[in-house]
Amino acid sequence: MITLEKVRRRAESDAKSHGYFLNPDAESLKNLLEGLQKNEERYGYPSCPCRLASRKFEFDRDIICPCDYRDPDVQEYGYCYCALYVRKDVFEGKTSVLPIPERRPFQKQIRSYAASGEGVAEKPSEATTVVTEKPSKIILKMWYCKQCGYVCFREEPPYVCPICKAKREMFAEITIHSDNHK
Amino acid sequence: MRDKKKMQTIKVPGKNNKHKVLMYAISTCVWCKRAKKFLTENNIEYEYVDVDVCNREDRDKIREAILSRGGRLSYPTVIVDDRSLITGFNEGQLREVLEI
Repeated sequence: MITLEKVRRRAESDAKSHGYFLNPDAESLKNLLEGLQKNEERYGYPSCPCRLASRKFEFDRDIICPCDYRDPDVQEYGYCYCALYVRKDVFEGKTSVLPIPERRPFQKQIRSYAASGEGVAEKPSEATTVVTEKPSKIILKMWYCKQCGYVCFREEPPYVCPICKAKREMFAEITIHSDNHK
Repeated sequence: MRDKKKMQTIKVPGKNNKHKVLMYAISTCVWCKRAKKFLTENNIEYEYVDVDVCNREDRDKIREAILSRGGRLSYPTVIVDDRSLITGFNEGQLREVLEI
C-alpha cells in the first residue's frame, strides 16, 4: 500500500522538475493527494482524481498523473485539470483557480467509458447521438521524439515530450496492432 | 425482481427543495467535493451518485443521461429539474438555475 507521504513526495518531486508548484490550498491539496492514493490502491495506477478511470491501464494512460494534458493546461490556464500542479503566479495567489475545460478528447472519454464495461453490450439510447466505438481493440503505437529520442508506447503521442519539451508534432510513430487488451 | 429502472442515489436534505437537483460526481474529485459543499452550504436539497463507485448498470444509465442531454462525460455534472445540465463546478450557472 502506498502512503500519502509517498504520493506527496512524488508529486513534489515532479512539480520541482518541471518548474511547477503544488496547489497552495491545503485542503484541496490533501484531497487531491488522497484521491491519487485511492486510485493507485483500487486501480493499480494513480489516475487523475477528477476523471473517471476505465480500470484499464491502456485506456487510462493519458490520465495517469501527471496526465498528458497537464503541461498544455498549466501553460494556458496556470494549472492542470484537477489543479494539483500550478504555475508560480497561481501558487502565489495572483491567479485564481477556477474549473477549466476538459482537454481530453471526447471520443477518448467515450471509448474509455465503454472499456470499463466488460461484457456489457453498448446500447446507447435513441436520444443518444454519439456513436460509441467498441473498445475491444486498441491500436497501440510506438512513438519516438525526433528531437531527443524519447520513446513511448501508447495510442496517441504525448502533447509534450516529457524529456525535452518538444511539441507533439515532433513525435513519429511505428504502428503495432494488438488485440484484447483488457 | 429488482427494479432495474431505479438508480441508487444518495439524498442530501436541504431547506431549499424548489428544484430537483441531481449531481453525477466522482468520489475523489475536488471539484465535485466543492460542488457538493456549495449546495449543502446553500441549503439546497439534492441527490448525487458517485459514478466511480456505482454499479455498471447505473454507470451506463448515467452515461446515457449525460450524453442524451448534450453533456460531456466530465464531473461534476449537475442536472436541474431534469432539464438544465451544468458541466463542471460552475457556481454562477448553479446560482442562476437554482435562483439563489
